[in-house]
Amino acid sequence: MSRDFEFERPILELEKRLSELQSLSEDGHIDLSKEINAISEKIQTLKAEIFKGLEPWQVTQVARHIDRPSTLDYVKLLCGDEFVEMHGDRLFGDDPAIVGGPALIGGHRVMLIGHQKGHDTDENLLRNFGMPHPEGYRKALRLMKFAERFHLPIVVFIDTPGAFPGIGAEERGQSEAIARNLAEMSQISVPILCFVIGEGGSGGALALGIGDRVFMLEYAIYSVISAEGCAAILWKDAAKAKEAAVALKIRSANLLELGIIDGVLPEPMGGAHRDHATTADVIRKTIEEHLPALLAMPCTELVEKRYAKFRAMGQFRFAQDALDG
Amino acid sequence: MNFLERLIGPRKTDVPSELWEKCPSCGAVLISKDLARALFICSKCDHHLRMPIWDRIALLTDGASFIETDREIESVDPLSFVDTAPYPERLAKAFKKTDSFDAVKCGEGRLEGRPILLGVMDFEFMGGSMGSVVGEKITRLLEKAVQTRMPAVVVSASGGARMQEGIFSLMQMAKTSAAVAHLNAANVPYISILTDPTTGGVSASFASLGDINIAEPRALIGFAGPRVIEQTIRQKLPDGFQRSEFLANHGMIDMVIHRRSMKQTLARLLNLIMGPLEAPHVA
Repeated sequence: MSRDFEFERPILELEKRLSELQSLSEDGHIDLSKEINAISEKIQTLKAEIFKGLEPWQVTQVARHIDRPSTLDYVKLLCGDEFVEMHGDRLFGDDPAIVGGPALIGGHRVMLIGHQKGHDTDENLLRNFGMPHPEGYRKALRLMKFAERFHLPIVVFIDTPGAFPGIGAEERGQSEAIARNLAEMSQISVPILCFVIGEGGSGGALALGIGDRVFMLEYAIYSVISAEGCAAILWKDAAKAKEAAVALKIRSANLLELGIIDGVLPEPMGGAHRDHATTADVIRKTIEEHLPALLAMPCTELVEKRYAKFRAMGQFRFAQDALDG
Repeated sequence: MNFLERLIGPRKTDVPSELWEKCPSCGAVLISKDLARALFICSKCDHHLRMPIWDRIALLTDGASFIETDREIESVDPLSFVDTAPYPERLAKAFKKTDSFDAVKCGEGRLEGRPILLGVMDFEFMGGSMGSVVGEKITRLLEKAVQTRMPAVVVSASGGARMQEGIFSLMQMAKTSAAVAHLNAANVPYISILTDPTTGGVSASFASLGDINIAEPRALIGFAGPRVIEQTIRQKLPDGFQRSEFLANHGMIDMVIHRRSMKQTLARLLNLIMGPLEAPHVA
């Protein structure tokens, strides 16, 4: 399976030529620096152009890119060795699709929790493509309660196609596990910072997403249903995913405009998958910027404000207004 | 929706235009005018058909005690959503079909004399899907239960989130579940009744969070729809999968209760939890 997208192909072709020129210049001891610089510049312009004009469906592909940094990639970049993974929900098992544990980020002791996808087929089979079972959500909740007791703020990375639709998941109460997290997270008395780093897939994403601040990476998506799923139901044709992706308004800029998230974090040129370290830096800075104020807030106020934040989401009118208007 | 309908509110369920319908379970021919009296239960196989919303309210409340609240909250089209038809067109059609502004009715009533707050979802209105209006009305009901300390009863019937409202519909799961958390903290009882079908975003929020979860027999209840699961795991699902009895066997609901016993069961439970009513009320 190709790791590249149709719309990225012109960039990749130039990059191939660049590396050919570079090796030619090294092997042949010829000075090609002028040509090399010209191509490098052209690559930058092309990347900027292409990524500026991305359609929602193309953004979806970027958000799902197999090389896009996952939770554990960010852990390495943000925490180094200062992270200890904890396992198990103490009820049924351990779900590798969600990881978490105490960590140190930029001088802050935190509880770090996130969905975990893989970078190849083997890893993805192990991680179930980042689609959790109920035990994953229950592990996450256990870690949040843990964090609450030891006054650790919670940092969440959201990246899942959705909660897994399977027999075992239903038997063990997928609905209840998600619902319980939504209810409990709204009452957790320590600050919660959420980052949608890739796919924010429906209830399976929201179940970790009740944050005091919720940020999205520029090319991440957040949606009530996958574009394919929506197309299959409303258009009765999964091939209409492109149209559905537009209609659902799933891009970070859309969500900011709709008042659902608190900020969009810019990605490096060409997307996070092309530069993990720079993306991690942006996340680190965001944590350092927002955590102190939240930590200073009395916890009753913190919880009240979190409730008010989600309480206010939704748009409706009164029929009488419609009559008058 | 005309001016008069907006002012005087919904009419009671019309006389069914069809004279008979077939039981979806056993295929028996059921006379429509007898069905309401039979509580929409098949006389041959006891299958619980979907119950019209006003019949459900009549089933669970005393006489004419139910007073609807927040009736006039209606949907807008925050995403200007168009699939094969524009969302406002779908809303207008659903309004015409149901005489309701959206997929839930909420209000106050008495249950064997005890004042309760009751929310009933309407599957006939866009598959009972939850958008901003359903989320707001359920949240208001639960918040009112905190203020008044009246027990809350919510009857669910929903295919899940309303896709036409995109991310707003997803956030209703957060909003309603947080409201349940408040109610829990206030120690006011919340009973969730799950009817056929309760799936997706409704099942994964307030419907699964009752202090007591009760299901009607053989109702389809689950997170993912059976078709999605079959396509994902590429195998046929076992008989009875995601039915009420399956959920009871797996510890997800407290009990499966026949429609005929539902009101009495609720009354008994509330008496046991909250103590008997101090002064007897006349229904």
